[in-house]
Amino acid sequence: MIITQKKPAEELLAMLAGVRKVALVGCGNCAAACQTGGEKELEEMKQFLEEQGFEVVGSILPDECCHKLLVKRDLRALKDCGAEAVVGLSCGDGVQTVADNLQLPVYPANNTMFLGQVERVGIFHEYCRMCGDCVLGETGGICPITKCAKSLVNGPCGGQKNGKCEVCPDNDCAWILIYNRLQAIGQADKLGRTRKTKGYAGAYYPKHLNLREGKKA
Amino acid sequence: MSQLQRALESGRFAVTAEMAPPKGYDFSRQIAVSGLLKGKVHSVNVTDMQSACLKASSLGLCIHLKQAGLEPILQITGRDRSRMAILADVLSAASFGIDTVLALTGDHPVVGDCKDSKPVYDLDSVGILQMLSDMEATGCDCGGNPLEGGAPALFKGASVTPVYDPLPLQINKLRQKVEAGARYIQTQGVFDRESLCRFLEEVDRAGIQVPIMAGIIPLKSAGMARFMNENVPGIAVPEEMIARLDAAAAEGKAQGVKGLPARLGMEMAAEFIARIKEEKLCAGVHIMAIGAEQNVPVILEQAGISL
Ligand code: SF4
Ligand code: SF4
Repeated sequence: MIITQKKPAEELLAMLAGVRKVALVGCGNCAAACQTGGEKELEEMKQFLEEQGFEVVGSILPDECCHKLLVKRDLRALKDCGAEAVVGLSCGDGVQTVADNLQLPVYPANNTMFLGQVERVGIFHEYCRMCGDCVLGETGGICPITKCAKSLVNGPCGGQKNGKCEVCPDNDCAWILIYNRLQAIGQADKLGRTRKTKGYAGAYYPKHLNLREGKKA
Repeated sequence: MSQLQRALESGRFAVTAEMAPPKGYDFSRQIAVSGLLKGKVHSVNVTDMQSACLKASSLGLCIHLKQAGLEPILQITGRDRSRMAILADVLSAASFGIDTVLALTGDHPVVGDCKDSKPVYDLDSVGILQMLSDMEATGCDCGGNPLEGGAPALFKGASVTPVYDPLPLQINKLRQKVEAGARYIQTQGVFDRESLCRFLEEVDRAGIQVPIMAGIIPLKSAGMARFMNENVPGIAVPEEMIARLDAAAAEGKAQGVKGLPARLGMEMAAEFIARIKEEKLCAGVHIMAIGAEQNVPVILEQAGISL
Protein backbone atom coordinates (compact mmCIF):
# COMPACT_ATOMS: atom_id res chain seq x y z
CA MET A 1 0.00 0.00 0.00
CA ILE A 2 1.12 3.58 -0.71
CA ILE A 3 1.43 5.31 2.64
CA THR A 4 0.50 8.98 2.80
CA GLN A 5 0.49 11.58 5.55
CA LYS A 6 -1.45 14.84 5.75
CA LYS A 7 0.48 18.00 4.96
CA PRO A 8 0.42 20.76 7.56
CA ALA A 9 -2.72 22.89 7.06
CA GLU A 10 -0.67 26.09 6.54
CA GLU A 11 1.12 24.53 3.60
CA LEU A 12 -2.15 23.68 1.90
CA LEU A 13 -3.60 27.13 2.62
CA ALA A 14 -0.50 28.76 1.11
CA MET A 15 -1.02 26.77 -2.11
CA LEU A 16 -4.65 27.88 -2.20
CA ALA A 17 -3.89 31.59 -1.82
CA GLY A 18 -6.21 33.60 -4.08
CA VAL A 19 -8.59 30.68 -4.68
CA ARG A 20 -12.22 30.84 -3.57
CA LYS A 21 -14.03 27.82 -5.03
CA VAL A 22 -12.50 24.43 -4.38
CA ALA A 23 -13.36 20.85 -5.32
CA LEU A 24 -12.05 17.83 -3.41
CA VAL A 25 -10.93 14.45 -4.75
CA GLY A 26 -10.27 11.65 -2.27
CA CYS A 27 -9.15 8.08 -2.85
CA GLY A 28 -11.09 5.03 -1.68
CA ASN A 29 -8.05 2.78 -1.64
CA CYS A 30 -4.68 3.51 0.00
CA ALA A 31 -5.41 7.06 1.13
CA ALA A 32 -8.64 5.95 2.77
CA ALA A 33 -6.69 3.28 4.69
CA CYS A 34 -4.08 5.85 5.67
CA GLN A 35 -6.80 8.17 6.99
CA THR A 36 -5.73 10.85 4.54
CA GLY A 37 -8.34 10.65 1.78
CA GLY A 38 -11.41 8.59 2.68
CA GLU A 39 -14.97 9.71 3.31
CA LYS A 40 -14.26 11.01 6.80
CA GLU A 41 -11.21 13.01 5.71
CA LEU A 42 -13.11 14.53 2.77
CA GLU A 43 -15.79 15.69 5.20
CA GLU A 44 -13.20 17.10 7.62
CA MET A 45 -11.40 18.88 4.79
CA LYS A 46 -14.66 20.39 3.56
CA GLN A 47 -15.43 21.67 7.03
CA PHE A 48 -11.94 23.04 7.53
CA LEU A 49 -11.84 24.86 4.19
CA GLU A 50 -15.28 26.34 4.76
CA GLU A 51 -14.15 27.64 8.14
CA GLN A 52 -11.25 29.25 6.32
CA GLY A 53 -13.70 31.02 3.98
CA PHE A 54 -13.51 28.76 0.93
CA GLU A 55 -16.53 27.54 -0.96
CA VAL A 56 -16.34 23.76 -1.44
CA VAL A 57 -18.27 23.26 -4.66
CA GLY A 58 -17.80 19.54 -5.18
CA SER A 59 -16.31 16.38 -3.74
CA ILE A 60 -15.75 12.93 -5.21
CA LEU A 61 -14.26 9.71 -3.90
CA PRO A 62 -12.98 7.46 -6.74
CA ASP A 63 -12.40 3.81 -5.76
CA GLU A 64 -8.75 4.44 -6.50
CA CYS A 65 -7.18 7.65 -7.61
CA CYS A 66 -4.26 6.19 -9.62
CA HIS A 67 -6.50 4.70 -12.30
CA LYS A 68 -6.77 7.10 -15.21
CA LEU A 69 -9.97 5.87 -16.85
CA LEU A 70 -11.74 5.43 -13.55
CA VAL A 71 -10.77 8.92 -12.39
CA LYS A 72 -11.79 10.39 -15.73
CA ARG A 73 -15.23 8.84 -15.37
CA ASP A 74 -15.69 10.02 -11.78
CA LEU A 75 -14.44 13.55 -12.54
CA ARG A 76 -17.49 14.11 -14.78
CA ALA A 77 -19.40 14.82 -11.59
CA LEU A 78 -17.25 17.94 -11.08
CA LYS A 79 -17.58 19.16 -14.66
CA ASP A 80 -19.85 22.15 -14.07
CA CYS A 81 -19.16 22.84 -10.40
CA GLY A 82 -17.20 26.02 -11.09
CA ALA A 83 -14.13 25.03 -9.04
CA GLU A 84 -11.05 27.20 -9.52
CA ALA A 85 -8.78 24.57 -8.03
CA VAL A 86 -8.87 20.95 -6.87
CA VAL A 87 -7.42 19.56 -3.67
CA GLY A 88 -6.27 15.96 -4.04
CA LEU A 89 -6.48 13.84 -0.89
CA SER A 90 -4.49 10.92 -2.29
CA CYS A 91 -0.91 9.96 -3.01
CA GLY A 92 1.20 11.90 -5.52
CA ASP A 93 0.23 9.47 -8.25
CA GLY A 94 -3.43 10.14 -7.58
CA VAL A 95 -2.97 13.92 -7.59
CA GLN A 96 -1.23 13.73 -10.97
CA THR A 97 -3.81 11.35 -12.39
CA VAL A 98 -6.51 13.87 -11.47
CA ALA A 99 -4.45 16.65 -13.07
CA ASP A 100 -4.02 14.55 -16.24
CA ASN A 101 -7.77 14.71 -16.62
CA LEU A 102 -8.37 18.39 -15.82
CA GLN A 103 -7.38 21.87 -16.97
CA LEU A 104 -7.30 23.14 -13.37
CA PRO A 105 -4.59 23.44 -10.76
CA VAL A 106 -4.60 20.37 -8.51
CA TYR A 107 -2.95 20.73 -5.10
CA PRO A 108 -1.77 17.87 -2.89
CA ALA A 109 -3.21 17.65 0.62
CA ASN A 110 -0.82 14.83 1.49
CA ASN A 111 2.83 13.88 1.45
CA THR A 112 3.49 10.50 -0.13
CA MET A 113 5.79 8.58 2.18
CA PHE A 114 6.49 4.99 1.17
CA LEU A 115 5.28 1.62 0.00
CA GLY A 116 4.33 -0.08 3.20
CA GLN A 117 2.85 -2.90 5.13
CA VAL A 118 -0.25 -2.26 7.22
CA GLU A 119 0.63 -3.87 10.52
CA ARG A 120 -2.78 -2.97 11.86
CA VAL A 121 -5.13 -0.02 11.47
CA GLY A 122 -3.03 3.15 11.55
CA ILE A 123 0.40 1.47 11.81
CA PHE A 124 2.54 1.24 8.67
CA HIS A 125 6.06 0.06 7.93
CA GLU A 126 8.19 0.50 4.82
CA TYR A 127 8.95 -2.89 3.26
CA CYS A 128 9.95 -2.37 -0.36
CA ARG A 129 11.63 0.46 -2.25
CA MET A 130 10.65 -1.00 -5.61
CA CYS A 131 14.22 -1.39 -6.80
CA GLY A 132 13.17 -3.34 -9.88
CA ASP A 133 15.57 -6.24 -9.24
CA CYS A 134 14.29 -8.18 -6.27
CA VAL A 135 16.88 -9.93 -4.07
CA LEU A 136 14.46 -11.37 -1.49
CA GLY A 137 15.19 -14.92 -2.65
CA GLU A 138 18.76 -14.57 -1.39
CA THR A 139 18.02 -12.79 1.85
CA GLY A 140 15.45 -14.93 3.58
CA GLY A 141 12.59 -12.75 2.44
CA ILE A 142 13.87 -9.65 4.26
CA CYS A 143 14.70 -6.69 2.04
CA PRO A 144 18.21 -5.26 2.55
CA ILE A 145 17.50 -2.49 0.05
CA THR A 146 14.74 -1.13 2.26
CA LYS A 147 15.52 -2.29 5.77
CA CYS A 148 19.24 -1.51 5.69
CA ALA A 149 19.70 2.25 5.80
CA LYS A 150 22.57 1.95 3.33
CA SER A 151 20.88 -0.66 1.11
CA LEU A 152 23.88 -2.94 1.54
CA VAL A 153 23.72 -6.17 -0.44
CA ASN A 154 26.78 -8.01 0.90
CA GLY A 155 26.16 -8.06 4.63
CA PRO A 156 26.28 -5.51 7.41
CA CYS A 157 28.41 -2.46 7.96
CA GLY A 158 30.16 -2.35 11.32
CA GLY A 159 27.70 0.17 12.68
CA GLN A 160 25.03 -1.78 14.52
CA LYS A 161 24.80 -1.44 18.26
CA ASN A 162 22.85 -4.04 20.24
CA GLY A 163 21.19 -5.13 17.02
CA LYS A 164 20.01 -1.62 16.18
CA CYS A 165 20.99 0.37 13.09
CA GLU A 166 23.61 3.13 13.38
CA VAL A 167 21.40 5.44 11.35
CA CYS A 168 18.30 5.20 13.51
CA PRO A 169 18.32 3.24 16.76
CA ASP A 170 14.57 2.61 16.43
CA ASN A 171 15.31 0.27 13.54
CA ASP A 172 16.72 -3.22 13.79
CA CYS A 173 19.88 -3.85 11.77
CA ALA A 174 18.55 -5.47 8.61
CA TRP A 175 21.50 -7.82 8.31
CA ILE A 176 21.04 -9.23 11.77
CA LEU A 177 17.40 -9.87 10.89
CA ILE A 178 18.50 -11.54 7.66
CA TYR A 179 21.13 -13.61 9.47
CA ASN A 180 18.64 -14.84 12.06
CA ARG A 181 16.01 -15.56 9.46
CA LEU A 182 18.37 -17.51 7.20
CA GLN A 183 19.39 -19.62 10.22
CA ALA A 184 15.76 -20.19 11.14
CA ILE A 185 14.74 -21.40 7.68
CA GLY A 186 17.81 -23.57 7.17
CA GLN A 187 19.46 -21.35 4.55
CA ALA A 188 22.50 -20.15 6.47
CA ASP A 189 24.63 -21.09 3.47
CA LYS A 190 23.03 -18.31 1.43
CA LEU A 191 24.71 -15.64 3.54
CA GLY A 192 27.94 -15.62 1.57
CA ARG A 193 26.21 -15.68 -1.76
CA THR A 194 24.65 -12.27 -2.01
CA ARG A 195 25.60 -9.97 -4.84
CA LYS A 196 28.86 -8.14 -5.02
CA THR A 197 27.13 -5.17 -6.60
CA LYS A 198 23.72 -4.15 -7.69
CA GLY A 199 23.50 -2.33 -11.00
CA TYR A 200 21.52 0.82 -11.58
CA ALA A 201 21.36 0.82 -15.38
CA GLY A 202 17.63 0.12 -15.12
CA ALA A 203 17.05 2.63 -12.36
CA TYR A 204 16.25 5.64 -14.53
CA TYR A 205 12.77 7.03 -14.24
CA PRO A 206 9.94 7.47 -15.05
CA LYS A 207 9.47 3.77 -15.73
CA HIS A 208 6.74 2.23 -17.84
CA LEU A 209 5.34 -1.23 -18.21
CA ASN A 210 3.13 -2.28 -21.10
CA LEU A 211 1.66 -5.75 -20.93
CA ARG A 212 -0.14 -5.17 -24.20
CA GLU A 213 2.98 -4.74 -26.25
CA GLY A 214 3.14 -7.38 -28.96
CA LYS A 215 -0.45 -8.39 -28.33
CA LYS A 216 -3.34 -7.32 -30.51
CA ALA A 217 -4.67 -3.96 -29.36
CA MET B 1 55.20 -1.69 -5.23
CA SER B 2 53.49 -0.79 -1.98
CA GLN B 3 55.81 -0.74 1.05
CA LEU B 4 53.06 -2.22 3.14
CA GLN B 5 52.70 -5.05 0.65
CA ARG B 6 56.44 -5.68 0.72
CA ALA B 7 56.48 -5.76 4.53
CA LEU B 8 53.50 -8.09 4.80
CA GLU B 9 54.68 -10.41 2.05
CA SER B 10 58.14 -10.71 3.52
CA GLY B 11 56.64 -11.54 6.91
CA ARG B 12 57.93 -8.42 8.65
CA PHE B 13 55.78 -6.89 11.40
CA ALA B 14 53.83 -4.19 9.54
CA VAL B 15 52.97 -0.85 11.09
CA THR B 16 50.50 1.71 9.82
CA ALA B 17 49.23 4.93 11.34
CA GLU B 18 46.20 6.99 10.47
CA MET B 19 45.61 10.66 9.76
CA ALA B 20 42.59 12.77 8.90
CA PRO B 21 42.72 15.65 6.42
CA PRO B 22 41.93 19.05 7.94
CA LYS B 23 38.50 20.56 8.11
CA GLY B 24 39.68 23.39 5.92
CA TYR B 25 42.48 23.92 3.46
CA ASP B 26 45.45 24.42 5.74
CA PHE B 27 47.33 21.11 5.71
CA SER B 28 50.34 22.38 7.69
CA ARG B 29 49.67 20.32 10.85
CA GLN B 30 49.31 17.12 8.84
CA ILE B 31 52.44 17.86 6.85
CA ALA B 32 54.41 18.61 10.03
CA VAL B 33 53.25 15.32 11.62
CA SER B 34 54.16 13.42 8.47
CA GLY B 35 57.78 14.43 9.09
CA LEU B 36 57.64 12.71 12.48
CA LEU B 37 56.14 9.51 11.04
CA LYS B 38 58.62 9.14 8.21
CA GLY B 39 60.67 5.98 8.60
CA LYS B 40 58.61 4.90 11.63
CA VAL B 41 55.63 3.35 9.88
CA HIS B 42 55.18 1.54 6.58
CA SER B 43 52.13 3.50 5.51
CA VAL B 44 49.62 6.05 6.73
CA ASN B 45 45.89 5.66 6.21
CA VAL B 46 44.18 8.85 5.18
CA THR B 47 40.55 8.84 6.26
CA ASP B 48 37.67 9.64 3.93
CA MET B 49 35.45 11.95 5.99
CA GLN B 50 35.40 9.61 8.96
CA SER B 51 32.21 9.61 11.04
CA ALA B 52 30.62 11.35 8.04
CA CYS B 53 32.10 14.69 9.11
CA LEU B 54 33.21 16.96 6.31
CA LYS B 55 36.96 17.25 5.76
CA ALA B 56 39.25 17.95 2.83
CA SER B 57 39.42 14.91 0.60
CA SER B 58 41.49 11.84 1.33
CA LEU B 59 43.13 12.10 -2.08
CA GLY B 60 44.35 15.62 -1.29
CA LEU B 61 46.20 14.63 1.89
CA CYS B 62 47.44 11.44 0.22
CA ILE B 63 49.16 13.55 -2.42
CA HIS B 64 50.73 15.78 0.26
CA LEU B 65 52.01 12.73 2.15
CA LYS B 66 53.34 11.10 -0.99
CA GLN B 67 55.21 14.28 -1.84
CA ALA B 68 56.59 14.34 1.72
CA GLY B 69 58.03 10.87 1.15
CA LEU B 70 55.50 8.79 3.06
CA GLU B 71 53.36 6.00 1.72
CA PRO B 72 49.71 7.01 2.01
CA ILE B 73 46.79 4.59 2.01
CA LEU B 74 43.83 6.06 0.18
CA GLN B 75 40.72 5.26 2.20
CA ILE B 76 37.64 5.07 0.01
CA THR B 77 34.09 4.93 1.29
CA GLY B 78 30.99 4.31 -0.76
CA ARG B 79 29.05 6.99 1.09
CA ASP B 80 29.65 10.02 -1.13
CA ARG B 81 30.83 8.66 -4.45
CA SER B 82 29.31 6.54 -7.15
CA ARG B 83 31.41 3.80 -8.71
CA MET B 84 32.46 6.23 -11.45
CA ALA B 85 33.68 8.84 -8.98
CA ILE B 86 35.56 6.21 -6.96
CA LEU B 87 37.32 4.82 -9.99
CA ALA B 88 38.18 8.33 -11.16
CA ASP B 89 39.82 9.09 -7.80
CA VAL B 90 41.75 5.81 -7.83
CA LEU B 91 43.11 6.57 -11.30
CA SER B 92 44.16 10.06 -10.24
CA ALA B 93 45.78 8.62 -7.11
CA ALA B 94 47.68 6.07 -9.19
CA SER B 95 49.11 8.85 -11.35
CA PHE B 96 50.76 10.20 -8.18
CA GLY B 97 52.11 6.74 -7.34
CA ILE B 98 49.47 6.15 -4.68
CA ASP B 99 48.64 2.47 -5.12
CA THR B 100 47.62 1.32 -1.64
CA VAL B 101 43.92 1.63 -0.89
CA LEU B 102 41.43 0.62 1.77
CA ALA B 103 37.75 0.16 0.95
CA LEU B 104 35.02 0.94 3.47
CA THR B 105 31.26 1.25 3.33
CA GLY B 106 31.30 4.51 5.28
CA ASP B 107 29.24 5.99 8.09
CA HIS B 108 25.85 7.35 7.10
CA PRO B 109 25.53 11.14 6.61
CA VAL B 110 22.85 11.40 9.30
CA VAL B 111 25.40 10.46 11.98
CA GLY B 112 27.77 13.17 10.72
CA ASP B 113 27.89 16.95 10.53
CA CYS B 114 26.30 17.59 7.10
CA LYS B 115 23.12 15.66 7.58
CA ASP B 116 21.38 16.84 4.40
CA SER B 117 24.04 15.31 2.18
CA LYS B 118 22.71 12.55 -0.06
CA PRO B 119 23.96 9.08 0.87
CA VAL B 120 25.25 7.34 -2.25
CA TYR B 121 26.23 3.74 -1.39
CA ASP B 122 26.33 2.78 -5.05
CA LEU B 123 28.93 0.22 -3.90
CA ASP B 124 29.70 -1.08 -0.43
CA SER B 125 33.17 -2.15 0.71
CA VAL B 126 32.88 -5.49 -1.06
CA GLY B 127 31.60 -3.86 -4.23
CA ILE B 128 34.47 -1.34 -4.29
CA LEU B 129 37.06 -4.10 -3.87
CA GLN B 130 35.45 -6.17 -6.60
CA MET B 131 35.31 -3.24 -9.00
CA LEU B 132 39.01 -2.52 -8.47
CA SER B 133 39.92 -6.21 -8.83
CA ASP B 134 37.93 -6.41 -12.06
CA MET B 135 39.69 -3.31 -13.34
CA GLU B 136 43.09 -4.81 -12.59
CA ALA B 137 42.14 -8.12 -14.19
CA THR B 138 40.64 -6.71 -17.37
CA GLY B 139 42.22 -3.29 -17.83
CA CYS B 140 38.71 -1.96 -18.16
CA ASP B 141 36.66 0.57 -16.22
CA CYS B 142 33.41 -0.11 -14.34
CA GLY B 143 31.46 -0.01 -17.58
CA GLY B 144 33.73 -2.55 -19.27
CA ASN B 145 35.47 0.05 -21.44
CA PRO B 146 39.24 -0.28 -21.94
CA LEU B 147 41.43 2.13 -20.00
CA GLU B 148 44.13 3.91 -21.96
CA GLY B 149 47.45 2.41 -20.97
CA GLY B 150 45.81 -0.37 -18.92
CA ALA B 151 44.95 -0.50 -15.22
CA PRO B 152 47.22 0.42 -12.32
CA ALA B 153 48.31 -2.38 -9.97
CA LEU B 154 46.85 -1.78 -6.51
CA PHE B 155 47.33 -3.16 -3.03
CA LYS B 156 43.83 -3.33 -1.65
CA GLY B 157 42.70 -3.70 1.91
CA ALA B 158 39.59 -3.61 4.05
CA SER B 159 38.61 -3.26 7.67
CA VAL B 160 36.76 -5.51 10.06
CA THR B 161 35.03 -5.09 13.41
CA PRO B 162 36.38 -7.85 15.68
CA VAL B 163 34.00 -7.23 18.57
CA TYR B 164 30.66 -7.87 16.95
CA ASP B 165 27.60 -9.87 17.83
CA PRO B 166 26.77 -12.10 15.95
CA LEU B 167 30.42 -12.58 14.98
CA PRO B 168 29.71 -15.06 12.13
CA LEU B 169 28.09 -12.17 10.27
CA GLN B 170 31.36 -10.15 10.36
CA ILE B 171 33.43 -13.23 9.54
CA ASN B 172 31.24 -13.86 6.55
CA LYS B 173 31.63 -10.32 5.34
CA LEU B 174 35.38 -10.59 5.89
CA ARG B 175 35.39 -13.64 3.66
CA GLN B 176 33.56 -11.70 0.96
CA LYS B 177 36.06 -8.85 1.23
CA VAL B 178 38.97 -11.25 0.81
CA GLU B 179 37.25 -12.99 -2.11
CA ALA B 180 36.69 -9.58 -3.69
CA GLY B 181 40.39 -8.79 -3.51
CA ALA B 182 41.34 -7.51 -0.03
CA ARG B 183 44.95 -8.52 0.63
CA TYR B 184 45.32 -6.99 4.06
CA ILE B 185 42.87 -6.25 6.84
CA GLN B 186 42.99 -3.59 9.53
CA THR B 187 40.69 -4.10 12.49
CA GLN B 188 38.60 -1.56 14.34
CA GLY B 189 40.26 -0.58 17.63
CA VAL B 190 40.70 -3.56 19.92
CA PHE B 191 42.00 -3.28 23.49
CA ASP B 192 42.50 -6.69 25.00
CA ARG B 193 44.18 -9.90 23.98
CA GLU B 194 41.11 -11.96 24.73
CA SER B 195 38.79 -10.10 22.31
CA LEU B 196 41.46 -10.09 19.63
CA CYS B 197 42.17 -13.80 19.98
CA ARG B 198 38.51 -14.75 20.04
CA PHE B 199 38.15 -12.98 16.70
CA LEU B 200 41.34 -14.43 15.20
CA GLU B 201 40.27 -17.94 16.17
CA GLU B 202 37.01 -17.48 14.28
CA VAL B 203 38.91 -16.23 11.23
CA ASP B 204 41.12 -19.33 11.38
CA ARG B 205 38.16 -21.60 11.88
CA ALA B 206 36.55 -20.09 8.78
CA GLY B 207 39.72 -20.82 6.83
CA ILE B 208 40.20 -17.20 5.80
CA GLN B 209 43.79 -16.48 4.87
CA VAL B 210 44.75 -12.83 4.89
CA PRO B 211 47.21 -10.75 6.92
CA ILE B 212 45.36 -9.03 9.76
CA MET B 213 46.66 -5.87 11.42
CA ALA B 214 45.26 -5.20 14.89
CA GLY B 215 43.71 -1.76 15.31
CA ILE B 216 45.23 0.12 18.25
CA ILE B 217 43.67 3.25 19.75
CA PRO B 218 45.83 4.90 22.43
CA LEU B 219 43.36 6.05 25.10
CA LYS B 220 43.69 9.62 26.32
CA SER B 221 41.41 9.44 29.34
CA ALA B 222 38.78 7.38 31.09
CA GLY B 223 36.19 9.77 29.70
CA MET B 224 37.29 9.07 26.14
CA ALA B 225 37.10 5.33 26.77
CA ARG B 226 33.62 5.59 28.26
CA PHE B 227 32.47 7.82 25.40
CA MET B 228 33.73 5.36 22.80
CA ASN B 229 32.15 2.41 24.60
CA GLU B 230 28.85 4.25 24.52
CA ASN B 231 28.99 5.72 21.04
CA VAL B 232 31.43 4.00 18.73
CA PRO B 233 30.16 0.73 17.28
CA GLY B 234 32.47 -2.22 17.82
CA ILE B 235 34.52 -0.55 20.55
CA ALA B 236 34.71 -2.31 23.90
CA VAL B 237 37.34 -0.92 26.28
CA PRO B 238 37.56 -3.27 29.28
CA GLU B 239 36.43 -1.80 32.62
CA GLU B 240 39.78 -2.64 34.17
CA MET B 241 41.58 -0.30 31.74
CA ILE B 242 39.10 2.47 32.45
CA ALA B 243 39.72 2.05 36.17
CA ARG B 244 43.49 2.36 35.61
CA LEU B 245 42.94 5.58 33.64
CA ASP B 246 40.72 6.92 36.43
CA ALA B 247 43.41 6.08 38.98
CA ALA B 248 46.04 7.86 36.85
CA ALA B 249 43.85 10.95 36.70
CA ALA B 250 43.43 10.90 40.50
CA GLU B 251 47.16 10.47 40.98
CA GLY B 252 47.89 13.36 38.60
CA LYS B 253 45.48 15.56 40.50
CA ALA B 254 47.06 14.68 43.85
CA GLN B 255 50.55 15.40 42.54
CA GLY B 256 49.56 18.39 40.44
CA VAL B 257 50.88 16.71 37.25
CA LYS B 258 49.00 16.94 33.98
CA GLY B 259 48.68 14.28 31.28
CA LEU B 260 49.14 11.13 33.37
CA PRO B 261 46.12 9.30 31.89
CA ALA B 262 47.29 9.99 28.32
CA ARG B 263 50.75 8.78 29.23
CA LEU B 264 49.25 5.60 30.68
CA GLY B 265 47.14 5.20 27.55
CA MET B 266 50.26 5.29 25.43
CA GLU B 267 51.97 2.77 27.70
CA MET B 268 49.02 0.41 27.54
CA ALA B 269 48.97 0.70 23.74
CA ALA B 270 52.71 0.03 23.58
CA GLU B 271 52.42 -3.01 25.86
CA PHE B 272 49.66 -4.44 23.74
CA ILE B 273 51.59 -3.85 20.51
CA ALA B 274 54.70 -5.50 21.95
CA ARG B 275 52.64 -8.47 23.04
CA ILE B 276 50.95 -8.82 19.65
CA LYS B 277 54.35 -8.89 18.01
CA GLU B 278 55.99 -11.17 20.54
CA GLU B 279 53.19 -13.73 20.49
CA LYS B 280 52.85 -13.37 16.70
CA LEU B 281 49.10 -12.80 17.10
CA CYS B 282 48.83 -10.55 14.03
CA ALA B 283 50.77 -9.56 10.94
CA GLY B 284 51.08 -6.04 12.25
CA VAL B 285 49.30 -3.15 13.92
CA HIS B 286 47.34 -0.16 12.73
CA ILE B 287 47.59 2.75 15.16
CA MET B 288 44.73 5.24 15.23
CA ALA B 289 45.92 8.11 17.40
CA ILE B 290 42.91 10.32 16.60
CA GLY B 291 44.58 13.72 16.32
CA ALA B 292 47.64 12.81 18.41
CA GLU B 293 49.69 11.24 15.61
CA GLN B 294 52.84 12.83 16.99
CA ASN B 295 52.63 10.21 19.77
CA VAL B 296 52.88 7.29 17.36
CA PRO B 297 56.72 7.25 17.16
CA VAL B 298 56.88 7.37 20.98
CA ILE B 299 54.47 4.45 21.34
CA LEU B 300 56.42 2.43 18.79
CA GLU B 301 59.65 3.11 20.63
CA GLN B 302 58.08 2.04 23.92
CA ALA B 303 56.91 -1.13 22.17
CA GLY B 304 60.41 -1.73 20.90
CA ILE B 305 59.37 -1.63 17.26
CA SER B 306 61.43 -0.30 14.42
CA LEU B 307 60.93 -0.97 10.74
S1 SF4 C 1 14.80 -6.17 -3.22
FE1 SF4 C 1 13.60 -5.00 -1.78
S2 SF4 C 1 13.26 -3.04 -2.79
FE2 SF4 C 1 13.90 -4.46 -4.37
S3 SF4 C 1 11.95 -5.24 -5.19
FE3 SF4 C 1 12.65 -6.70 -3.60
S4 SF4 C 1 11.61 -6.03 -1.73
FE4 SF4 C 1 11.48 -4.33 -3.18
S1 SF4 D 1 23.62 -0.99 10.99
FE1 SF4 D 1 22.72 -2.65 9.79
S2 SF4 D 1 20.86 -1.78 8.88
FE2 SF4 D 1 22.08 -0.06 9.62
S3 SF4 D 1 23.28 0.59 7.84
FE3 SF4 D 1 24.57 -0.89 8.96
S4 SF4 D 1 24.10 -2.88 8.04
FE4 SF4 D 1 22.50 -1.47 7.38
